[in-house]
Parts: sequence; structure tokens; C-alpha cells
Amino acid sequence: MTNKMPVWKKVILYVVLIFICAVTLLPLVWMLSASLKFDKDVFRIPIEWIPSNPAWSNYQRIWEQVPFLRFTFNTFKITLITTIIQVFTCSFAAYGFAKCKFRGRNALFLIYVATIAVPWQVYMLPQYSMMNAVHMLDTHAVLILLHSFDAFGVFLLRQFCVGIPDELLEAARIDGLSEYGVYRKIVLPQMGPSIATLVIFTFVNNWNDFMGPMIYLNSTEKKTIQLGIRMFVGQYSTEYGLIMAASVVSLIPVVIVFLAFQKQFVQGIATSGLKG
Amino acid sequence: MAVKEKAGRGAPPAKQRGMTLHQRNTLVGLSFITPNFVGFFLLNLIPIVFAFWLSFNRWDGYNPMEFAGLDNFKYIFAHNVFQQAVVKTLIFTGCSVVITMILSLGLAVLINQSLKGIGIFRTAIFFPHVASVVAVAAVWQMLFQKDMGLINEILRHLGVTDVPGWFASTKWALFGVIIVNIWKSMGYYMIIYLAALQDVPTSLVEAGMIDGANAWQRFWHIKWPLLRNATFFVVMMLTINSFKSFDLIFALTEGGPGTATTLLSQYIYNQSFVSWDYGRASAAAMVLFAIVAVITLVQFRVEKKLDT
Repeated sequence: MTNKMPVWKKVILYVVLIFICAVTLLPLVWMLSASLKFDKDVFRIPIEWIPSNPAWSNYQRIWEQVPFLRFTFNTFKITLITTIIQVFTCSFAAYGFAKCKFRGRNALFLIYVATIAVPWQVYMLPQYSMMNAVHMLDTHAVLILLHSFDAFGVFLLRQFCVGIPDELLEAARIDGLSEYGVYRKIVLPQMGPSIATLVIFTFVNNWNDFMGPMIYLNSTEKKTIQLGIRMFVGQYSTEYGLIMAASVVSLIPVVIVFLAFQKQFVQGIATSGLKG
Repeated sequence: MAVKEKAGRGAPPAKQRGMTLHQRNTLVGLSFITPNFVGFFLLNLIPIVFAFWLSFNRWDGYNPMEFAGLDNFKYIFAHNVFQQAVVKTLIFTGCSVVITMILSLGLAVLINQSLKGIGIFRTAIFFPHVASVVAVAAVWQMLFQKDMGLINEILRHLGVTDVPGWFASTKWALFGVIIVNIWKSMGYYMIIYLAALQDVPTSLVEAGMIDGANAWQRFWHIKWPLLRNATFFVVMMLTINSFKSFDLIFALTEGGPGTATTLLSQYIYNQSFVSWDYGRASAAAMVLFAIVAVITLVQFRVEKKLDT
């Protein structure tokens, strides 16, 4: 296709694409630019996209005004534990749903899939009152539990698992491996790429989670990164430079993970979407 | 659990323990699913059933629960904030679905070219989807600022004298929210379309070229019919996600100004964590649930019909 496209068409295509990307990225570029400005300069027109006198101090002050380091640590902790539980239980369940034949399997799987469509708002309050009843409000354990048993993980891994050829498993069974052996020695290694996808999704979801921590966490020392930026928005609502600096910092880990594992993202969306 | 695992371990002993192969398979299968299912059952299924029960009760989470019959539903259906929330949710969903679908399809067609550096463009358009809502909301609030914001500055340049107040105005806030929602989600649906476009056999497209079909004809007559499943999926996901959408709007406006951007999900939140009225919150949640359930069922029905 490349060779057949005339040069003028290519040029037009590039111009259009650059324009679209400029529009899409404009808010983020503005954010980056404003994060290096003093408050009085943030809204100055004409916009100085690259500040001539960058306010690097913004990036220093955010760590001093709000326990940002603590929040970052908390978020990493929750994310890490969630990821471990999820990879273990989801891959296990995915194998059960994809490769073990037993009565009621499809009905059970249907229940899983059906709950993906149930909006969280529907059961947010009962969940909260249950957690309240067992005195687990304001703990990280709540958030870990809520994220670990999300039906989406099982669904995603099962979709990959279905694609593993049955002959391969049958051969292993004939060689005397139990179902658990088949799972551990044959299926798990093959699921590598899909588990990577799940880990990345879990990371991004946990890192960006805002409503969960907002409902459950009260004590400042337990808060997560998103609540941290929210604190800036609430407490220092006119310190635009600071808010933008905190926002930029909160985006950096996601940018890194996203750029490094873009392929898994795209694959994960395409798989969970179209083959569902 | 322990018993089940024992039954499965070691391949042959099924008959020794007096179990049929069928029973053994069932136990092994269940043992794989159990660890996840326990959590799923306690944290998702029970709360969903509990929500259903709550919607017929009067409860503040503290005093004893009282059966209320349909009172909660009667209350919310007569509540003008709820009525407006339903209308606004429909407007939000309608605009978001139509515009996002068209944009994401257009973008996917543009990106689906073998040009140098095309990956960079794809990344740029997709990135807003993974960016945190809190950070994104903070920057859009500043961009949509009435007097000093960049967007109104551009509008003034284009000759608009009476610039909208966006998030500060009850008239414009909902549209501001819709714009940010489209910006944030179009990259995701573009990826779905892109995957579907890449499944279109090149031989078909090339055959079209040999027959002298122009780019538009090739798209409309060859690709678009093959994108039917993807379109179906995109529209349904968009609809469901728009009904669910919550944290972005919350971060942008918290439902305000007034109740200008109080959609169904925000209404449920307010009844829950502001009024602490578990019954009414759950009744509103059931309405949302019913709407999403109907859409999902329609999706399954139509998909089955299309497949056969």
C-alpha cells in the first residue's frame, strides 16, 4: 500500500494526523507548560508554551505541602498486592473456565460476565455497609479486596486460555500430569503475554482509582496518589502551577508503563473486545 | 478446599475413591475456580443481591431496617432531581455515543495506513484513555475557565463575543462534561475499530482497487459491512459506559453547578454518601441496573440474530 500512495496524499495525511494529535494532546501539553509557571503567569495570553523563567520550585513544593511520597508508597503497595492476588486467582479460574469440563461451568461463567455489565454504583453502597459491618473502613485491605476479585481479570485471561490447543493439554495428561500439573507446566507459561496484559491493566486501574479511595479512606496517611492531587485541587485551588505539577507527577508512571507495554494494551483491548 | 484438591491430585485414582470420572472432573474444575469465586461471591454477588433487597427497605445504615414496599421507587420517580438526572443521563449518553463512534471510526481509518511513524499518532490519540481522571479534570477545569481559559480565548479569537461559562454555568456544564468524556474515550474505541480494520482481508481491498473503486467506495462497500460486529460492540460498550460514567464527571463538577451535571450515577452517590438514604439510593441503583441490563440483553439478542 505504501508504494502506491502518491507523495501529495502522504503529505495531506501527515498534516491531518499532526493536527488531530495536536488537538488531542493540547490539554496535556498545556498541563506540562503550566506546571512550570508561577500562578500569575498560568493564564497569561499569549501563551508562553515554554516558560522563559521556569518555576522548577513547583515540583519541589508539591512534596512539601502534601505527603505525596507517602501517597505514592501507599498506591504502590495496594497495586502490588492486588496484582499478586489477581494473577494467581484469575489465571486459576481462567483455566477452570476454559479447559475443565464440568456441569454448570457455562452458567457460572455467564454470571461472571453478567456482573461486568453491572455498574459499580449499583452495589457500591451495600459493599460499603458490609465493609463497615466488619470494621474495615479506612484500610488498604478494602481497596485490595475490591480490586482483586474484579470479574474482568477472569474474563480477560479466559479469552486467551481458550486459544491454547486442547491437543497440547491432552498430550500432557497422557504423559501422566494431573490437571494442576497441566496448569502449572503447560498453561501458565503460555499465558505469559496475557498475564502481562492483566498486570498492566491492574496497575493503571489501581494507580488511577479515585472513587474507591475517596469513599473508603479518611486518614491522610492512608490516602493514595489520586486523592493527593485532589487535595491540591481542594486546598490550593488558586495555585494552578502546583496543581499542574502534581498532575504531571501522577501521570509519569502511567506514561512510562504505557509507552513500554503499548502492545499489551492494544492486544488486551482487541481480545477482550472482539472475541468476546 | 483441601479435600477437593486431594481428589484432583495424581491422575489415575478417580475410580479408587469411588467417584465417577464426571464427578472428579467437576471437583477439579471447581477447585480451580473456587479461590477467585469466594472473593467474587462475597464482594460482588452478595452486594448486588443486597442492593436489590435494600431498594424495598428503609434504612440509614444504623437504625433497624424497615420494609418499605415500593415507597423508595415512588419517592425517586416523583423527585424532580431524579427525573432530571434521567433526562441528563440520556442526553449525555446520546451525544457521547454518536460523536465518539463517528470520531473513533474516522480516526481508525486514518491511522490504519502503513506510514512511517504511524504508531506515534496512535499512541498520542490513545493516551488520554489511560490518563488519570483527577489530573485530566484539573487541567480541563482550567482550560474551560470562563474569563481566562484557553478555550474561551480561542472562541473570542474566532469572533464569539458571548462566550459560554462552561463548568460555571448550568446551561453549558453538561456539554463541557460531554466534550471531555469524548476526548478521553475516543482513543479506546479507535483501537477496537483498528483491530477490526486490520482483520479485513487485503485481497478484498485490492480487488476493489483493481475494479477501480475509489477510497470512499472501498470503505463503504467493502470495509464498512465487515465492521458490523465491531460497530455493534462499540455502540453497546459506549452506551453502557456512558450510563455508568461517574468518576470523570465527579472530578470535573461533582454534579454541579447546582444539579446541572447530576446524572443517575451522581444521584445514587448523593443519596448514598450525602443523604445516607440506603433505600432510595438502592432504588435509583436498580433503575440504572435495569436500563443497563436491557441494553445488554438487546446486544446479545441482536448479535445472535446477526450471527445466524
